[in-house]
Amino acid sequence: MCALCGILGGKGHWSDSASAPAVFAGRAEPQTRLRERQDRTRILNAVLQDHGVVVKDWSGNAYLLTSRTGRTAIVDTVGEIWTAAERIGGRTCDPLDEKYLSALANRQAEREQHDKL
Amino acid sequence: MTSYSELTPVNIVTGFLGSGKTTLLQRLLRTRELSDVAVLVNEFGEVGLDHHLLQGVAESTLLLENGCLCCAIRGDLQKALRDLLSRRTRGDVPHFRRVVIETSGLADPAPIAYTLLSEAVLRHHFRLSGIITTVDAVNGAAQLDAFPEAVKQASMADRIVVTKIDLSNAPAIAALRKRLRALNVSAQFVESSEISGEVHRLLTDDIYDADGKFREASHWTAEEVDEHGSHEHTADVQSFAAIFDRPLDWTAFGVWASMLLHRHGADVLRLKGLLNVAGVPTPVLINGVQHIVHPPSHLEKWPDSDRRSRLIFIVRGLKRARIERSLAIFNDLVNAPPSSALPRESAEPVRSRVL
Repeated sequence: MCALCGILGGKGHWSDSASAPAVFAGRAEPQTRLRERQDRTRILNAVLQDHGVVVKDWSGNAYLLTSRTGRTAIVDTVGEIWTAAERIGGRTCDPLDEKYLSALANRQAEREQHDKL
Repeated sequence: MTSYSELTPVNIVTGFLGSGKTTLLQRLLRTRELSDVAVLVNEFGEVGLDHHLLQGVAESTLLLENGCLCCAIRGDLQKALRDLLSRRTRGDVPHFRRVVIETSGLADPAPIAYTLLSEAVLRHHFRLSGIITTVDAVNGAAQLDAFPEAVKQASMADRIVVTKIDLSNAPAIAALRKRLRALNVSAQFVESSEISGEVHRLLTDDIYDADGKFREASHWTAEEVDEHGSHEHTADVQSFAAIFDRPLDWTAFGVWASMLLHRHGADVLRLKGLLNVAGVPTPVLINGVQHIVHPPSHLEKWPDSDRRSRLIFIVRGLKRARIERSLAIFNDLVNAPPSSALPRESAEPVRSRVL
């Protein structure tokens, strides 16, 4: 528990590299837990842009999701984000949906093009 | 805090009715290395199992709110394992270092795996080790045709032991093996007549066992895994290895896999991977059963000079090309800007880049 804010430690997820320190011990650039959460939040925002859902890291302990209409949800792990995003964003989260993938790839290509200019 | 590899391993021994589960188990439990194993059986079959730590469980399944059958807690198993744990702690039973669950012939291994990996108490004490499936060389093919349970048992296996070899013939065994290989490209195949020597490894090898993880991972990187493009489908189940040339970003992979399993977990019977993770010099191993993924493990060195990532999927109705394209796109999001800085969506589709 955080002594300052009283928040209980969040649940772990298999994709948290902190959950398996030996596996990632040889990393050329050691990554802190907060840095990993920051990177994950950035990726989640790119992934959920089409859903109109914005994700923020909440005290390094949970994720705060907000929809365009102001609906919010707080979840502990990345595994719980999808159900919450579907509920507040009103669209299924399917990484194999062809339209969704094309939109994601398009945005990425545009960004890379923009970076080159 | 106990690391995942230190939890008590649990093996699932499954297989269709009469396929020789108990006979195999009898043989395994006679070995010195498996003398401290507790056994839970779903039903007491015709072949008696004489073991000092044997307990029966009656099948009962608690469906969870989402109603997904693979994410059901097996209430019987929950109770039996909690009880076993409590008795071990009190010293009421001899100390055991492994548990073997012998399922009934029609059991679906998925809820058993889910119970182990997600139940509030059990997941802190037990971990899923290998799933061993027995397939009868005489009746196996017909059972695969007629019973989806048999297909699922074979698809989810880490090891497939083909039994009753002496009652079949070489062409029939070869055809069965080919069919099973199409269903499950990463399982180790063993013919019961070949079992000798280090028999206990059938149970003890897994990616969390310091001694056995290299052998286990070698089944995922075998030549036939790489070359395999399954064209034979059984009940819409197929297995394939997706190969990625470029290192994978671990965070992007975690987001992608989590989203994939959220939507399609019921159709991803197994997900195994030997991954080249960007910035990590040694291969990272992942292992999942439907909606659940174990914590990652790793090998101390690469098995060979090939540094590509291999993701093995055993899926029902999902397309390989779509899965590969999807992961490639997610992997490119590593340097995605904050959402407020993202450009608006373009109407023109672009080709995805190959990793």
